[in-house]
Amino acid sequence: MSVEALPRFRAENVRGMLRHGLITIVFCCFIAAALAITQHGSWGAQMVYSLSIGLISWLFIDVGRLLISGHQEILWPSGPWGYLLIAGGVTVGFLAGNAIGDAWTNQPLLDFRSFTQRKLATTIIITLTATVCMCFFFYSLGRTRHMRRQIELAQRNATEARLKLLETQLEPHMLFNTLANLRALIATDPPRAIAMLDRLNNYLRMTLSGSRALAHPLSAEFERLADYLELMSVRMGDRLRYTLELPEDLRDMPVPPLLLQPLVENSIRHGLEPKVEGGRVSVRARQDAGRLVIEVSDTGIGLDADRPAAEGSGFGLAQVRERLATVYGDQGQMSLAAEPAGGTRTIISFPLPRRA
Amino acid sequence: MNPTALIAEDEPLLAQALKAELAAAWPELQVVATTGDGRSAVREALRLLPQVLFFDIRMPGLDGLGAAAELADSWPADEAPMPQLVFVTAYDEYAARAFETQAIDYVLKPVQPERLRKTVLRLQQALTAQQPSKPAQAAADETLERTLAQWRQVLAAASGGAQTSAAAPLRMVAASDAGGSTVRMVPIDEVLYFEAADKYIRVLTAQHEYLIRTPLKQLLTQLDPEVFWQVHRAVVVRSSTIEAVHRDEAGKLHLDLRGRSEKIPVSRLYAHLFRAM
Repeated sequence: MSVEALPRFRAENVRGMLRHGLITIVFCCFIAAALAITQHGSWGAQMVYSLSIGLISWLFIDVGRLLISGHQEILWPSGPWGYLLIAGGVTVGFLAGNAIGDAWTNQPLLDFRSFTQRKLATTIIITLTATVCMCFFFYSLGRTRHMRRQIELAQRNATEARLKLLETQLEPHMLFNTLANLRALIATDPPRAIAMLDRLNNYLRMTLSGSRALAHPLSAEFERLADYLELMSVRMGDRLRYTLELPEDLRDMPVPPLLLQPLVENSIRHGLEPKVEGGRVSVRARQDAGRLVIEVSDTGIGLDADRPAAEGSGFGLAQVRERLATVYGDQGQMSLAAEPAGGTRTIISFPLPRRA
Repeated sequence: MNPTALIAEDEPLLAQALKAELAAAWPELQVVATTGDGRSAVREALRLLPQVLFFDIRMPGLDGLGAAAELADSWPADEAPMPQLVFVTAYDEYAARAFETQAIDYVLKPVQPERLRKTVLRLQQALTAQQPSKPAQAAADETLERTLAQWRQVLAAASGGAQTSAAAPLRMVAASDAGGSTVRMVPIDEVLYFEAADKYIRVLTAQHEYLIRTPLKQLLTQLDPEVFWQVHRAVVVRSSTIEAVHRDEAGKLHLDLRGRSEKIPVSRLYAHLFRAM
């Protein structure tokens, strides 16, 4: 994370510090009260000692931790620095706080040296214990808050990714053009309109629910591809030709649903749609040395033509790669290459799964 | 004489449907050509000089906006008045934004008869308004100028140009030199003009030439519109280096730049920048 993104003393951190300060004051009041009662000391003097020691320690540690770890997510220095900071805070707080207390009660400034052993030990132990307790308390508080934020962030990211996936699959341009075609067909060719509507129905049902199922047979995956390609070929007319090749013995292989969809969509959207004369998309599945190999190739405008316009193709590919990695680990592979005659060929392969 | 129209739509069924709807809403209209891509739309429009153009926005090759820009440039305005332009779009956020200006009509796909009738009415009014002004050259020039201004407005808005210069203006251009092996940091102050060429944009300084791959559309949003003027579909010039503007026999404008010897073409869409004050 960059330095600019997390300035040390941004409002949020300062607010947190002041909150710690308030809690420290309350805590110090309790200690002073306890000491005043148990040791029969003067209530006012105990208050001054306790507050001086407490507030100085707090200021030292809280400002210190921001200075040391201001750019991290959890605002507590790592390793020995944390302990050193507490030790420093205790020492400074103890010495300076006592000095202030001494000045207040009008006792000689360095009088604490001549304190009885017992009294000195008590004060040190109380300071030390209180500081460590407070630090631990604040640290846990900060950590909890940090964790909660992380969880929220993760949830938001997951939702965003899902939305984005839906958005690429249900691209409005595709949907409205399909509907426009459907409207045209209803008037001129009702049987074909019905067939197209059925395809659209299948496509939408799969897109909206498909991402939830874990696996379906390869034949079902190919049928969904056929739905999509058929919809597109109604729209594109003879500018789109396609072949789907699925050997009989691979029909029942389980595959993650809609794994191939983004590849075919890329071929059409970024390969064939921008090409005036259109072309062909081929999807072929085969077995090779215990692996299932699926090849999506097109005769479109190819990889290097004006990629900036190919917005979204990166997301589609990244998504396929990610799903392969989730399901098959490093056994899932994907490669993308330009066809010598123009166009793109994407090959994915993974170990032949046991039959579902 | 019946009014004439050209339809540019890459999806055959939709082209057919639009033709059918038009036949119902405007029986006299004669659709002289239907093309499936922007490039052939431009070619056919220049050949047939129709009075109305229905352009799909998303088309292979050259899109509807690009085709309109090209036509604005090469339309023979002394032979036929500038055509009425209607964009047809299924769903294009950027275009919809552009059309909010209402400068140019548009219809959404699927085309609905009532909506199309409104467009037809507007087109008919525009065409009749054009008729009487024909003999008077000055009036014709004025119509041309008005049409060009409308097109310019829509094209600029649709391509996200001028208006969206909110982003920090570019200071350095990271460009590759002719060999392509080195990336040079070229200060924007040294750049005299940018010229789009195929997949690249040429970046020209007084002495050198570099290449970048950012599309011109995107580059424009990062340039200060006061400093850099678009004078052509493919050319953006540093305004302070323009030395002279020449008009050739065909009426086309060219720029001389200080520090470069080549002539820069000005398209008709941007000719208004150089009208003598």
